[in-house]
Amino acid sequence: MESGRYSNIKIIANAKIESLKGQAGNYNVTVLKRPRYVDEDLCTACGTCVSYCPVEMPDSYNEKLVNSKCLYIPYPQAVPASYVIDPKYCLFQTKNECRQCEQACKDLKAIKLNQQAEHIDIQVGSIILAIGFDEFDARRKKAYGYGEYPNVITSIELERMLSASGPFTGKITRLSDRKHPKKIAFLQCVGSRDIETNAYCSSVCCTYAVKEAMVAKEHDPDVDITIFYMDIRTQGKGFESFYERAKTKFGIKFVRSRLASLERIHESENLLFKFVTEDGKHHSEEFDMAVLSVGLEPSRTAKELADTLGVKLNKEGFCQTNEFSPTSTNREGIFVAGAFQSPKDIPESVIQASGSVALASGFLSEVRGTLVEQKECVAETDLTGEDPRIGVFVCHCGVNIAGVADVKKIREYVETLPDVVYAEQSMYACSKDNQDKIKQIIKEHNLNRVVVAACTPRTHEPLFQETIREAGLNRCLFEMANIRDHCSWVHANEPQAATEKAIDLLRMGVAKARLLSPLKEETVPVIPKGLVIGGGLSGMIAALSLADQGLECVLLEKSKLLGGNLRGIYYTLSGNDPQKLLRDTIDKVTSHPKIKVFTEADIKEVTGYIGNFLTRFSIGQEEQTISHGVIIVATGAFEYEPKEYLYGENESVITQHSLEEKLALKNFNSDDLKDVVMIQCVGSRTKEKPYCSKICCSQAIKNALKIKSIKPNSNVYILYKDIRTYGFREEYYRKARNEGIIFIRYDDNTLPLVKEENGELRVEVFDPILGENILISPSLLVLSAGVDPGDNRSISKLLKVPLNFEGFFLEAHVKLRPVDFPTDGVFVAGLAHSPKPIDETIAQAQAAAARAAIPLTRGYVMVEPVASIVDSEKCFGCGICEYLCPYGSIKVISDEDGDKAQSISASCKGCGICASKCPRQAITMGRFTNEQIIAQIDAFSLATSDV
Amino acid sequence: MEEGKESSGSNWEPKLITFLCNWCSYAGADLAGVSRIQYPANTRTIRVPCSGRVNILYILRALQHGVDGVLVSGCHPGDCHYLSGNFSARRKFAVLSRLLEYVGVEKGRVQFSWVSAAEAGRFAEVITEVTEDVKKLGPAKRLVKNSD
Ligand SMILES: Cc1cc2nc3c(=O)[nH]c(=O)nc-3n(C[C@H](O)[C@H](O)[C@H](O)COP(=O)(O)OP(=O)(O)OC[C@H]3O[C@@H](n4cnc5c(N)ncnc54)[C@H](O)[C@@H]3O)c2cc1C
Ligand code: SF4
Ligand code: SF4
Repeated sequence: MESGRYSNIKIIANAKIESLKGQAGNYNVTVLKRPRYVDEDLCTACGTCVSYCPVEMPDSYNEKLVNSKCLYIPYPQAVPASYVIDPKYCLFQTKNECRQCEQACKDLKAIKLNQQAEHIDIQVGSIILAIGFDEFDARRKKAYGYGEYPNVITSIELERMLSASGPFTGKITRLSDRKHPKKIAFLQCVGSRDIETNAYCSSVCCTYAVKEAMVAKEHDPDVDITIFYMDIRTQGKGFESFYERAKTKFGIKFVRSRLASLERIHESENLLFKFVTEDGKHHSEEFDMAVLSVGLEPSRTAKELADTLGVKLNKEGFCQTNEFSPTSTNREGIFVAGAFQSPKDIPESVIQASGSVALASGFLSEVRGTLVEQKECVAETDLTGEDPRIGVFVCHCGVNIAGVADVKKIREYVETLPDVVYAEQSMYACSKDNQDKIKQIIKEHNLNRVVVAACTPRTHEPLFQETIREAGLNRCLFEMANIRDHCSWVHANEPQAATEKAIDLLRMGVAKARLLSPLKEETVPVIPKGLVIGGGLSGMIAALSLADQGLECVLLEKSKLLGGNLRGIYYTLSGNDPQKLLRDTIDKVTSHPKIKVFTEADIKEVTGYIGNFLTRFSIGQEEQTISHGVIIVATGAFEYEPKEYLYGENESVITQHSLEEKLALKNFNSDDLKDVVMIQCVGSRTKEKPYCSKICCSQAIKNALKIKSIKPNSNVYILYKDIRTYGFREEYYRKARNEGIIFIRYDDNTLPLVKEENGELRVEVFDPILGENILISPSLLVLSAGVDPGDNRSISKLLKVPLNFEGFFLEAHVKLRPVDFPTDGVFVAGLAHSPKPIDETIAQAQAAAARAAIPLTRGYVMVEPVASIVDSEKCFGCGICEYLCPYGSIKVISDEDGDKAQSISASCKGCGICASKCPRQAITMGRFTNEQIIAQIDAFSLATSDV
Repeated sequence: MEEGKESSGSNWEPKLITFLCNWCSYAGADLAGVSRIQYPANTRTIRVPCSGRVNILYILRALQHGVDGVLVSGCHPGDCHYLSGNFSARRKFAVLSRLLEYVGVEKGRVQFSWVSAAEAGRFAEVITEVTEDVKKLGPAKRLVKNSD
């Protein structure tokens, strides 16, 4: 939704690409824009037209669980936030009659029933494809009865049901009788890991099923939930503990099984699951509802788009990419991000999105900034010494407000309030026309404060602030009263109470507005140089992407050599050569004129804030200091050093890493490979290290296949908990099974037992398929040791960035800001963030570089006028604020006047924790001062409600 | 107004202030609106950047001046837009609750809750509950300054 507000992003909705000409750096795209029959610029999304529209159709956002009108907004956060008409249902489009909506919107004239399709030509340097996926059509698995048995639904339908704003206001509902089910079964891998439909793993369904099951339990603790699965693949950061919680705290049952049949019981409309567990036993169980965890398929428009653009798809129909350039397509200047590249979750998609931007910007670096739309800047009126002159605009929002509350009465009341010199009712306060009107009235009546009573400031405040700014008023001289979302909409049947509430809210708003003062919008210059800490793959790629965008950077590596863990990887599952990647990347980094590399560097101190960091480090005896604008943390991780299974005691017990080295360097004799046992999850998914290391399953299969190719008659056993070959890696798991590699599952109660008898290794493990213990005497025992974050505490302290309880760095927002730290100007990539394979590391490093490049190329950072302000008269330097500030944005500085707190406005986020805890009330917050908040309280509590 | 205060008769309606943090609870309240979920009309919202911004003095001030109840609502633990603001608020309110109890303000008059941006239904429930609780308690008398 945010993208809708940037003036340099133009969104063309309801469109498709018709043709592409030219080449990278200079593409010419022709876009077909289909008619939406509503003018997006005029429509204010008031919704008046909807009540007039007589046609109902199934609502596809709500998974067709309910109906909507054929004149609709696709979903609440849609951009553009305007209505659209579905021509397949509209009576005018189909039968040339009706036109009710046009009539309803006769004031704004936003309905354009005669709108035609448009062809738009656009010149671009590069293109990013982010067309996402389509869910698997569960009807294709006939045996599950979807579309036929009413109480079989898909996970996506359940997601809508669980949503409070969804069709059943958050209640899970059986479609057969509208009752709330008490026993629900989830069936995993529907349309995934299935040769009949899609052979690959969709990567996200295990995690979302676990999440949905937990939410369902939260809504109704009595509901009984069982998840039927093959492997639970919660390999993403933080997801394993989620899964653990689902099992232990929420009591959700997980049953590893194969489904034999799913039958409908006609009388009750319940469902009978017949399934076979690992031990070969048959079971059957009845459920009130079945949820199919449907997989992700390539978007149905993928083929056509790929053909138009000349972009290749892989055999599964997703965009073809190379493991070492995960966001590049086969065509230069065309990039890909998200689930169109391979099935993936939100954090991975967001990472790729930023990553592809880094590459696309590389193409644009020469012309960067040339097309930026600059808004004209009106000088701010000086208000010193002026008394408040407040103008109030009360919005009808069509019938949304005026249909419930008495807007005229509200306006008349407002006119009686002190300092209000003008009040008016607006049909649509946010319409384009009205912005011009507000500006004009500000001038005519010499207003110096504006209050709008309408909808929510969360979406509309920026618009009005922009308007008053254009009229010469400082943005901060604005206040909103939310009389729609918090009033008319939620008290629809109480017009009297809603009117009173609206009056109170306005009185409070005006009381605050009287105390508003202009705040300076500061900008802080940025030193256009980046610092990358760590010279592994992620650090090198991040430095390269910055440098390719024309930005200078310094790369600091602690050890003697660049490369990190990549030095020990000799081949990958899909057959690429990581050693070549290593050599090429090191060459590029060391020869790039914009990159300065320091090895054996030890960081001593980091001070400053976004735009102006100062870092001191030593190389041997020598010390150096550099100044820079941003920091990328790429300090990586290590292979876990096992304490279990006789590692370090018996020399035939090795890690995957050393096995890989042996195989690559042919450092073994043929007998070593005779009987190889691999144990998964060593140092992962345990009590001490609860996370999944994500790479070791693929690594084991990669090495197992290698052994089979070297010595086909060797016996390889893989002892595992779940095999997590997510995405297209699944193919190799299938291959491994076909080649006779033996997979034996164990769990926490049946851990393998490793002993040494007369110098020989013995592995004893319970085989759930045979139902008995088996004994193997391996020639090699290979431990799939996980990824260990190492000790990151000193970097964490130096940079004041947080670690999670597993010891990896913790990003600002797991889903939406996966490479940012909460501290502005500091970013993270690679293993330092969480375990991940090479392709994901590369994408994340590019993403971090793209994010870091934003302040560097802009050259300054804007300081929101919400920052803390310290009254040094009152401050006595106790330092509570410094201690509590989560961003390190307030510091006690000693000078001749003693100890005083000082706000660092460049990085202050305006939370106000400091202000609320200051024992002297010495701190106030830009737009939420104590006086203003107290004025709001008093305006409500002290007023007589005689209206 | 003073009259209304005296009689806690059947048509007495409590006056409530809610402090909602901009990122979670205020957004949750917006979504309740978008979803047209109905709830009692007794509350008046004051938007704050973070529940951690709410000073104890604000709450005392409101109670002194004849507001019958106060709700402070922030993000869920771990979800705070400002990392730890809601914990800070939480700790503060633990202290405040003891203080209020000490001066004789009934339990339930000042409440604290967590409502996320997605929890429209929960927002409406919380408002309904707080309104009911305060209705049962009757008008706030304990801290009201008569001179006002
Ligand atoms: C055991 C193991 C096996 C793997 N196998 C595979 C595989 O088969 N296939 C696959 O796709 N991926 C595999 N991976 C993952 C792959 O190695 C990573 O995705 C990638 O190499 C990570 O790069 P990085 O730069 O994030 O971290 P690293 O490679 O760890 O590099 C980090 C660098 O930062 C330096 N550093 C650390 N602290 C500091 C500091 N304070 N100051 C300066 N420098 C510092 C370190 O010395 C190191 O050089 C494996 C990982 C491990 C650990
Ligand atoms: S072996 Fe590694 S990737 Fe596989 S489940 Fe265990 S920790 Fe996860
Ligand atoms: S307002 Fe928040 S971010 Fe700013 S200085 Fe105070 S505690 Fe720190």
